[in-house]
Amino acid sequence: MRRPPPGGSMGPVSAHPSPTITPRPHHCTLSVPVEIERPESSEAPFEVPEPDVPWVTIVHNDPVNLMSYVSYVFQTYFGYSKDKAHQLMLDVHHKGRAVVSSGSREEMERDVQAMHGYGLWATLQQDRR
Amino acid sequence: MTGHFEPLPDGGAAVPLDEIEISILRSLAVQLIELLGPGEEAGDSESDDLLASIFNDGPSEPPADPVLARLFPDAYGGPDLVPDDDVRAASAEFRRYTENDLRSRKREDALALIRALDTLSPEGGNAQLRLKPDECRRWLGALNDLRLAIGTRLEVTDEEDGGELLRLPDSDPRKPMVMAYLWLGGLQETLVESLMG
Repeated sequence: MRRPPPGGSMGPVSAHPSPTITPRPHHCTLSVPVEIERPESSEAPFEVPEPDVPWVTIVHNDPVNLMSYVSYVFQTYFGYSKDKAHQLMLDVHHKGRAVVSSGSREEMERDVQAMHGYGLWATLQQDRR
Repeated sequence: MTGHFEPLPDGGAAVPLDEIEISILRSLAVQLIELLGPGEEAGDSESDDLLASIFNDGPSEPPADPVLARLFPDAYGGPDLVPDDDVRAASAEFRRYTENDLRSRKREDALALIRALDTLSPEGGNAQLRLKPDECRRWLGALNDLRLAIGTRLEVTDEEDGGELLRLPDSDPRKPMVMAYLWLGGLQETLVESLMG
């Protein structure tokens, strides 16, 4: 995992906050920038067995979410074109799932958190294709 | 309950609402906020709360309530994967660091909906709700959360259920919720269309 246990080699979390801490873009009590810069991989995640295998964000089909809304989310959050967002939405709808982004584990956790914020059902996993 | 959002020139959107619709929307949003539970509001005690809130972990277990479980799903696993201990542990850790913030966002969206409704003063029972672009985004989130909540309660399971639920007899106790669910769907659909141009 990306966070050492208490008393681990990095010492207390409060003394050395991990730079890979999950961003909290909606935390209202802190006057920090909304978009927290993701640090470069100066401190690699712990215990990642296959560092070269990318992680992916998967959005799962859902009987409630509107197709137009899912497309809207893909366009708005990922900045995808209307056509790409529409195609991804159709993949979710017809195939039950679609890979909507890929990258580092931290990036995918941020994307999954954002999808949950929009109310989409999303998970991340290592891409083992 | 037939109101549709129309785009406004400033990028916002407007919808006509009558008193009953305003009352229903407000009531549903209040119920959602109650379900989401109290936030960690600033000023509970002293200023060191700010520091405490940074390190205040959220829950590690999925919510027991099906609606909350849908609003705050596991980040690892999903329907195609039988979770092993590693997957469960990763989900628990993700939840600890994200769920409180997600709850705050959803609470804020529902509050924005209520605030906008409270600015309305219907004349003859009718009002025109006009939303600015940023309000539209909050409304979109709140409408979606409300539909997820009601859809989960109604156990909507696939695309066809909307049709079946539509044909419920008036005597069915689910009927009012179904009507609200379909109405919210129309509002959300037209709000998306208004924002997408």
